[in-house]
Amino acid sequence: MNRIKQQLLTDKKLLSIYFTAGYPNLEDTVSIIKSLERHGVDMIEIGMPFSDPLADGPTIQDSSTKALQNGMTTEILFEQLQAIRQSVSIPLIIMGYFNPILQYGVEAFCEKCQNIGIDGLIIPDLPMDIYESDYRQIFEAHGLINVFLITPQTSEERIQYIDANSKGFIYMVSSASTTGVQVGFGDEQTSYFKRIADMNLNNPQIVGFGISNNMTFKQATNQAKGAIIGSAFVKHLTTEGIDSIDKFINTILGECH
Amino acid sequence: MSYHINDNGYYGDFGGAFIPEMLHPNIEKLRQNYLQIMSDSEFQKEFKQLLRDYVGRPSPLYYASRLSKKYNTKIYLKREDLNHTGAHKINNTVGQILLAQRLGKTRIIAETGAGQHGVATATVCALMGIECIIYMGEIDIKRQAPNVARMKMLGAKVIPAMSGSRTLKDATNEAMRDWINNPLDTHYIVGSVVGPHPYPDMVARFQSIVSEEIQWQLKDQEGTTKPDYVIACVGGGSNAAGAFYHYLEDTSVQLIAVEAAGKGIHSGESAATSILGKEGIIHGSKTLLMQTKDGQITEPYSISAGLDYPGVGPMHAHLYKSGRAEFMSITDDEAMKAGLALSQLEGIIPAIETSHSLAIFDHKKFKNDDIIVINLSGRGDKDLQNYIDYFKL
Repeated sequence: MNRIKQQLLTDKKLLSIYFTAGYPNLEDTVSIIKSLERHGVDMIEIGMPFSDPLADGPTIQDSSTKALQNGMTTEILFEQLQAIRQSVSIPLIIMGYFNPILQYGVEAFCEKCQNIGIDGLIIPDLPMDIYESDYRQIFEAHGLINVFLITPQTSEERIQYIDANSKGFIYMVSSASTTGVQVGFGDEQTSYFKRIADMNLNNPQIVGFGISNNMTFKQATNQAKGAIIGSAFVKHLTTEGIDSIDKFINTILGECH
Repeated sequence: MSYHINDNGYYGDFGGAFIPEMLHPNIEKLRQNYLQIMSDSEFQKEFKQLLRDYVGRPSPLYYASRLSKKYNTKIYLKREDLNHTGAHKINNTVGQILLAQRLGKTRIIAETGAGQHGVATATVCALMGIECIIYMGEIDIKRQAPNVARMKMLGAKVIPAMSGSRTLKDATNEAMRDWINNPLDTHYIVGSVVGPHPYPDMVARFQSIVSEEIQWQLKDQEGTTKPDYVIACVGGGSNAAGAFYHYLEDTSVQLIAVEAAGKGIHSGESAATSILGKEGIIHGSKTLLMQTKDGQITEPYSISAGLDYPGVGPMHAHLYKSGRAEFMSITDDEAMKAGLALSQLEGIIPAIETSHSLAIFDHKKFKNDDIIVINLSGRGDKDLQNYIDYFKL
């Protein structure tokens, strides 16, 4: 069974962490993944840096620019991850924009992911209709779960459509924003979280955008299955480096850790 | 083969809407409504009236007799440089501001490179009393100070794009990010035939007034609606889309798209996307774009700030791949000389973008009875400093 699906079956609230591969240093990728697993993270999103990351705010943009300057490429990322399954067992998801995948070749990319032991992909600029018509078969033939986003503006009809065609979880964007923009959750988010919970979707939801501490993690996972942290973690790497990842995870999980 | 957009938002293999889910509601609303709004008779009446009374249309189709004599052929110039704000860009911004009003939007954002689209957007926002925010690369802000001042004088807020290469493509990214963060009250006025469907088609339709006028103006002067050639420069491709539009399906009219070769196609400093580009995704559209082997979008170069976009619109990618249009590329030096030549032969100082199209006569021979229409997309006032520096005037 796909590791993402297995993880979703556990009864705990999941903490998923995003980081940009090749940042702060080109060779940090594997150390960061191992450290995240060791300190209790349940799932990891490995960000493939892109020159023009439309859906991201300044923190992730800057880390992507730096990673590219460091020399990160799709090929190098795959080389770094080649032996990752010898030491890491939690679900690994690659998050990246579509153009680099297209240039690598979608089929070749999926095959490589399967060989390495990647469990899923998040491609923000590959919308569901194009995925359905052109790529679903390729992804599924290689055992990859493609994760789709919903936002507070997504219509109920479209949420149903996305739910019906999703196979793992739904990435629930907490507010109308790029990554790393807002701080904390207000009434608007609370009612949005409840509205989605009340829809009783087939796929569990994992909330992303705006989670940076224990309070927001708890708010986000009150009804949802888990939460994804990206910008706050990348910021931590920028200021603290990769040696105090445990400190960051402890502030998120707090006393329940 | 058709050269217009199909029902799925593609020109041949190119186009589509490769957008993050956050943009889906706005793009979808636009897609569902743009054709209906644009075909509404009240909309058309208001649009045409503004084009006439405010923009100054129709723009003349001018027979350039001295230029024609020099190259021993018949050359007409479509004088988009005489429009209010000095270029074709305003045809699109007038259309989109009216559309934005009908969609109930109260805040306008736009990207700009050289500042022409920014000025055209700030102008229509002032006209309608709507809040206007223009994203412009930090580097372009320094290069194009007069246009920045014009936008500010018109009441727009100019926000520097500080990410990536800090030029047009990054300004476009920032505008899209703004739209993600302000999905309800904001309309994004894209300035060229680029971006996710329906933008390329919508902008082409607003610019199609150019070829609509060429048809009847040429009929008056030559007794035919059809020239032998229509020539236009291509950055993103909006002026070319407008000049080609009504001739797309008529293959007896030859279309020539002129790209910027910068310092030479293979110099590493070029914007000749059709030659240097590969199929991929940029700003929500599948098209030809300049990129690394790894799919990272690269920074193009041209002396003309309006042509240094790393992609072309999907219509042009299709015209290139299908062979419907001939693509040529012109270097900085060739363009500058052609701009000076037109100034002294016809008393018209062209924008450097347009100068690229004027330079093809040294590369391509035409028959003496060929009728050629060049879209004179903009005037050279904004480029004066460049001309001064180049020719040491």
